[in-house]
Amino acid sequence: LFRLTVKRLFSTLHSSVDSAEMKKFQLLAHKWWDEEGEYSALHSMNDIRVPFIRDTLLNMSSNYHLGSPLAGIKILDVGCGGGLLSEPLGRLGASVTGIDPLEDNIRTADRHKSFDPVLAKRIQYKSSSLEEIVEESMETFDVIVASEVVEHVADLEMFIKCCSQVLKPEGSLFITTINKTQLSYVLGIVVAEKIMGIVPDGTHEWEKFVPPEELERLLESNGFSVKAVNGMLYNPLSGSWSWTESTSVNYALHAVKSGAHGQSSPAEALPEMEREQPLATAGTAM
Amino acid sequence: VGYDIHFHDKKIALLEAGPRKEYDGVPDSFSNRVSSISPGSATLLSSFGAWDHVCSLRHKPFRRMQVWDACSEAMIVFEKDDLDDMGYIVENDVIMAALTKQLDAVADRVEVFYRSRAVGYTWPLPSHNCDTSPWVQIELADGRRLQTKLLIGADGHNSVVRKEAEIKNIEHRYDQSAVVATLHLSEATDNNVAWQRFLPTGPIALLPLSDTASSLVWSTSHEHASELLAMDEESFVDSINSAFWSNVNHSDFIDTAGAMFRSAISLLKPSGTAVRQLPPSVAKVDPESRAMFPLGMGHATEYVQHRVALIGDAAHRVHPLAGQGVNLGFGDIACLAHHLSTAAFNGSDLGSLKHLLKFETERQRHNVSLIAATDVLKRLYSTRLAPLVLLRTWGLQATNALPPVKVRISLY
Repeated sequence: LFRLTVKRLFSTLHSSVDSAEMKKFQLLAHKWWDEEGEYSALHSMNDIRVPFIRDTLLNMSSNYHLGSPLAGIKILDVGCGGGLLSEPLGRLGASVTGIDPLEDNIRTADRHKSFDPVLAKRIQYKSSSLEEIVEESMETFDVIVASEVVEHVADLEMFIKCCSQVLKPEGSLFITTINKTQLSYVLGIVVAEKIMGIVPDGTHEWEKFVPPEELERLLESNGFSVKAVNGMLYNPLSGSWSWTESTSVNYALHAVKSGAHGQSSPAEALPEMEREQPLATAGTAM
Repeated sequence: VGYDIHFHDKKIALLEAGPRKEYDGVPDSFSNRVSSISPGSATLLSSFGAWDHVCSLRHKPFRRMQVWDACSEAMIVFEKDDLDDMGYIVENDVIMAALTKQLDAVADRVEVFYRSRAVGYTWPLPSHNCDTSPWVQIELADGRRLQTKLLIGADGHNSVVRKEAEIKNIEHRYDQSAVVATLHLSEATDNNVAWQRFLPTGPIALLPLSDTASSLVWSTSHEHASELLAMDEESFVDSINSAFWSNVNHSDFIDTAGAMFRSAISLLKPSGTAVRQLPPSVAKVDPESRAMFPLGMGHATEYVQHRVALIGDAAHRVHPLAGQGVNLGFGDIACLAHHLSTAAFNGSDLGSLKHLLKFETERQRHNVSLIAATDVLKRLYSTRLAPLVLLRTWGLQATNALPPVKVRISLY
């Protein structure tokens, strides 16, 4: 019992969950499923992030059924909110586990999926932080999706480490987030929040935005290999998202966890070998 | 939609008020309700294998269409340069039988409820926080209940779905009825031309069914339509022949003006005038094949709402003079199926307005211009007044001389 309480203490101290962030989302816990409401930009983001995930995974596998393209794939949706992204992924055949630290969000998500008999079975929601499920879910998931989440976490490196622990070797990690640039301050905070109200005021803090270079660095140094980074652009007039060259504001990223024994793909073989040399000498030295 | 791969694990229900229609072979006599199927519609039907059945049952391709005025010599001829089929005349029963066969083949995905009727609809409330189901609930006459994410109303111009969804409809009853009948020609011919003549009372059209038979669609006043139905078969046949052949509505003034215009065109564009052919003469009408139905125009202000979509005559109703009614419906189907397929492949909720609105915009843009043009033509050709006759005479002659315009019209 004692050890358990210590562990709990530890996990809140070294948590990736930021309690101030949680308070912000608490107020809007009921608004998730209003397609024209506060979360309308996230609803329309499905039009590009779902095909991105779907097509990347289809390209990586050789046997699939177009009628159920994600069948047999276990996905973890971290920071799932009201389940906006979990539901389409579930409809495409995946088994989805959605986690969110806010209980009200999970309640909303559970109620919304309950009306659809197919989704009710395919998706499981849990009120939890990422760290809390690490122990029982080591190397369980084929795919992790962290969409519009990393700009809200307290400790990004720990978040990535936990992702690596629950992901199977050669599993995929999909992240969408916002870059930390002057442009993203102007468009992402001033225009989006203060002027046009595309995002509820106070949702984002520019300080916590993550440049893709830093995200890539953290991922690569924690056993991931970044495969793709694409810029995303929101058009407030049409309410729709599109892909763009520039990652100055929003972007999406796909990374793959290296396989067992540090072998992720032939292209990476050379640097891996170089790294393995010092390990070998270290071993013999011992 | 039942044949779309992205709908592989979805469930579709079709509520049909009528009985099941299937054919083992076609009956000897022709049905009097036929449709002119455009090549685009034929492509849609063949995309899920129904067109093959239509071809194996019965259909008549036509290569040429001649449209001319009763009040002048003006006429316009449509035909494809490469001698391809312009369209097909198919009995409605044949299309239904072909569709039934294809529906049977996907019975595991599409469940057809024959002789069923919906008596009550419960629409989901727009607010997403309530505890009642966010889907559409339907109560059938036999007490069964169904619930669905998307309700498609394809129930004709008096659509109950449209009324229950409280979608406003702009409608107008024409003071015309259409008389249909199956006719037998005086002599067998290479019957591959569709004929239409604009009489002051309304257009009369002869659509080929076979080398010896054609289908009649005669739009005229309600009184005249009733007379046509009441008269004996011989008089009926005489009226038809006279309608196509007589020049009693010509006036010297119009004829001269028309002739002048035609000479002017032939100076500028030698190939721009063509010889007016005469349609085949009719010898007999199939007994029991005469029928009439009233005509009107309609257009729904919205084609879609949350979890509801209207297609075909439920969304729009048009005068038969352009032979486009059913093709507009097929166009709606192709468009809606395409958008639903993309939505399904994106894992979207099928009843979501996002993609339904895209369907609505695309089809309204296409349909409104055609419906408006048809309405204008109907009114323009309903008069004997000289100025309007002159206008339409010259207009028709000019259009006949301009291939680009004709191509655009026939591609629509």
